[in-house]
Amino acid sequence: MSKTKDILLDPIASNNPIALQILGICSALAVTTSMKVAFVMCLALTIVSAFSNLFVSLIRHHIPNSIRIIVQMTIIASLVIMVDQVLKAVAYDISKQLSVFVGLIITNCIVMGRCEAFAMKNPPLPSFYDGIGNGIGYSVILMLLAFIRELLGAGKIWGFQVLPVSTEGGWYIANGMMLMPPSAFFLIGLFIWALRAWKTEQVEQPDFKITANSRQSEVA
Amino acid sequence: MANESVTKTFVVALTLCIVCAVVVSSAAVSLRPAQEANKLLDLKTNILASAGLLEEGVDVETQFEKISVKLVDMETGRYTTEVDADTYDQRKASGNPSLSVALSASEDIAKIKRRANFAKVYVVENAQGLEKVILPIKGYGLWSTLYGFIALESDLKTVAGIGFYEHTETPGLGGEVDNPKWKASWVGKRAYDSDGLALEVIKGKVDLARAGADSQIDGLAGATLTTKGVDNLVKYWLGQQGFKPFIDNLKTGEA
Repeated sequence: MSKTKDILLDPIASNNPIALQILGICSALAVTTSMKVAFVMCLALTIVSAFSNLFVSLIRHHIPNSIRIIVQMTIIASLVIMVDQVLKAVAYDISKQLSVFVGLIITNCIVMGRCEAFAMKNPPLPSFYDGIGNGIGYSVILMLLAFIRELLGAGKIWGFQVLPVSTEGGWYIANGMMLMPPSAFFLIGLFIWALRAWKTEQVEQPDFKITANSRQSEVA
Repeated sequence: MANESVTKTFVVALTLCIVCAVVVSSAAVSLRPAQEANKLLDLKTNILASAGLLEEGVDVETQFEKISVKLVDMETGRYTTEVDADTYDQRKASGNPSLSVALSASEDIAKIKRRANFAKVYVVENAQGLEKVILPIKGYGLWSTLYGFIALESDLKTVAGIGFYEHTETPGLGGEVDNPKWKASWVGKRAYDSDGLALEVIKGKVDLARAGADSQIDGLAGATLTTKGVDNLVKYWLGQQGFKPFIDNLKTGEA
């Protein structure tokens, strides 16, 4: 039981797909200007990643090695199309806002990476949990980003105005940069910094060391 | 059968394709009615919003009840009942040679190539008579055709609102046609003056001190071609080629 718990909870802090593996950044920049949209995106990704892991794991003994990537892609793509169709049917407004990004889950490295790294080698149930765990890991970062960006950029939390913005007669001058994609980069950077300050084992060894500047007297 | 054999590879690939294809297509087919209903609802929301009639928290269908859908014969500028307005699809019709006319290059300032013979207009009436009329507009921007609505007040001169519900202009530049502030700047502008069509989208900011400023709209910064496209399509649809004959008829009560 504790193993299941590890599989589920590890990707949240100790092995976060965004913060440690630096995967899935593209959608993390694009859909985090409002919490509602980000939440739907997280839900979609978690579902796709859980079920693609499950299905890949179910047929893992029958996948010829030579076509394994394309088999995984086909399964992921089918699931993504299903999710996209369901969204269009039940949450049309949000699906319009997410536009191409639901479709782009197909190319999200997290989903693909978990299929290849975990589901190909593990039984279906743990694979399913692994998919959910990584989906949650992704979601945690996305929701944090969306919370900060929506609050500072539009003065809202989950669509509700909490800071009265100056354009509507309030005192808060909205930080427009927070609504631009680069701000997500800065925030992700800060998260990674914070996470690595807490879990120092995540800090990578530097690839090379810069030597101290040579002094004039030594050169001469 | 060995996993790496050619036969096995083909069998796996084929089975997977068939299973996935069946699953995907059955999802698409079974969800289509709900998706179409959503699209229609979205269109209605856009129609209401472009006329400034949309109220938050009220059911769109109930709000739409006060709007009557009518067909206008573009040739005569009068209402027509030749086809059923509810089922008529103007976009499909403009692609059908028997239901539309080709436009010559000089006429086609909005770059729409063909114009449907009948246009679907939305009329809002109250106890005093006409309240607002909402006209469908479309035209080429930078990347693709913009589809939208422009609404006129009961005097048939003043703009009541504008909105585009489908376009693929660059987000942040041409995509600013969706900017609520910019759209709000259309409201109250004079579309026609004594010399005819006056409404134009200019390059840069409108100088409020100059004459004619009440018919001018700010251009979108960094989106010259989209601005031009919007200017052209508004001129086309409110001009003689577009809804001008219908508007004139409506004014004299002969529509």
